[in-house]
Amino acid sequence: MKINKIRYREYPLHIYALLIVLSIPFLYPFWWMLINSLNSPDQIFGMPRLLPSGWRWDNYGEAFRYQPFARQYFNSIYIAVLVTLGNLFFAGMAGYAFGRMKFRGREILFLMLLSSLMMPIEETIVPNFFFMKTFRLINTHIPLILIPIFGAQGAFSTFMMRQYFITIPGELEEAAFLDGLSAFKTYLRIILPISLPVFSSTAILTFLYSWNCFLEPLVFIDSVKLFTIPLSLANFNDSYGLPQWHLQLAATSVSVIPILLVYVTFQKKITNAMAFSGLKG
Amino acid sequence: MHKSRNQQASAYLFIAPQMIGYFLFVLGPLVAVVLYSFQERNLLTGQNLFIGLNNYIKMFSSDPILLKTIKNTFVFSLGQVPLNIALSLLIALLLARPFRGVEIFRTIIFAPVVTSAVAWAIVWKFLLQGGDQGAVNAVLGAVGISGPNWLHEPGWAMVSVIVNRVIKNLGMNVIIFIAAIMNLPVQYYEASRIDGAGPLRTFRSITVPLLMPSLLMVTILTVIGSLKVFDTILLLTGGGPNHSTMVLVYYIYYQAFQFFQYGYASAVAVVLFLIVLLMTILQWSSRKRISHYED
Repeated sequence: MKINKIRYREYPLHIYALLIVLSIPFLYPFWWMLINSLNSPDQIFGMPRLLPSGWRWDNYGEAFRYQPFARQYFNSIYIAVLVTLGNLFFAGMAGYAFGRMKFRGREILFLMLLSSLMMPIEETIVPNFFFMKTFRLINTHIPLILIPIFGAQGAFSTFMMRQYFITIPGELEEAAFLDGLSAFKTYLRIILPISLPVFSSTAILTFLYSWNCFLEPLVFIDSVKLFTIPLSLANFNDSYGLPQWHLQLAATSVSVIPILLVYVTFQKKITNAMAFSGLKG
Repeated sequence: MHKSRNQQASAYLFIAPQMIGYFLFVLGPLVAVVLYSFQERNLLTGQNLFIGLNNYIKMFSSDPILLKTIKNTFVFSLGQVPLNIALSLLIALLLARPFRGVEIFRTIIFAPVVTSAVAWAIVWKFLLQGGDQGAVNAVLGAVGISGPNWLHEPGWAMVSVIVNRVIKNLGMNVIIFIAAIMNLPVQYYEASRIDGAGPLRTFRSITVPLLMPSLLMVTILTVIGSLKVFDTILLLTGGGPNHSTMVLVYYIYYQAFQFFQYGYASAVAVVLFLIVLLMTILQWSSRKRISHYED
């Protein structure tokens, strides 16, 4: 815990009452999800309760048996890790060049890259689908890895990196240059070690992006075994197409809770990174 | 001299992977989508027929759903953006001040932002069930209001989607506003207090003008973000009932991957592109107009 220098005062009670009422639609859905992930399907509807009526812990086991959910969970994790690593690698280098090096076409290329932030991903999904089809990459994880690395998320990370790199004092590179270090070695040995903050916040945002990705898996993946979590969550129906509500809620809880825990742990870092990304955009 | 030429070469090497990826997965497809929009693409036979402007003619002469979709897209944005901004500014004003507990509320308000839109929509679909099945209607029923069948009545479905998205994304704007409010210079507030201005007057004459740059930026981000509602629409309403929540991003998917009308979907994508372009231009010009607020 950090010691806060700010002296906190207290709001009058009615402001707290207002804030508590305001937080209900933000907080209660999570609680509702947890409670009902432990209920039987017929206990889910009706008046909301504060505690589960069923305590069916087996919903969780069943959710994993119903679909290859463990496999799908693993898919989501390994794809998000690869996307994050690729993103840090390529966007880090590009961001460094855009921020620290002088070259012809720098502004226009950077602006082009940024323009992909404006574009909804649906805009380019049809050509990307045919592109992947040509290379027989439909129903593989490759599109789910390549598109986030080089699409909007890649541009966004490049932007985050650049914004950080332009703040580094020039003397560091001067010294490296006098020592005869190549640009790549300067980046690797001098710049990287002092850039951990921006790399970690970019990593968090990229991981989240990949973890929550929905359209790409929906379009590119057919086999249940290759599903990622969001796709799997939308797919909790029995063989007659009837939804398995309690299992869906258990699976949703399993996917949401780790993210929330990470969020609460790194809350300052995550909100700052996101606010920063918004402020400078 | 030598250094700078050397630097140019290494700079291009540094940006090459990211830029090549951009050309392959963003710019290339963007060009391709324009070409596709003049074609009828058949996935089974692999034949692509050039049909000129037929997709565009069809769009505006014989596809009433498309016109409805464009209208819905604007209705969604016009409903979502002001609600989001007004609420997030209000909440930010409450949470930007050094009062006990504000940090807990900040954490709560932001939690839906990190949650996947899919999970969020799944839970809200349960909460918004009609009759007295859903939690929302059960609570309304307890105070004597008979709630509608939220997701299955045309007007209410749009309202539900809008409110769902506002709650999901609001935290993002709250955080940006809080950062901006905390950076406001204190002396203006002291001056206004000395001049005897009340809280409302201070808000109108000091806070709002000083927040103008952030307000504008948040508006732009929210407008752009309001176009990207795919997950929520697919899971909550599927574009229904009676296409009343069909929006452009969902319509592209719907035409391409449910009806395999790839050429037609591409023409819709071109329309979406033009709308995004128009909004970007509006953004640039409005930014210039209020630039005297920026430093």
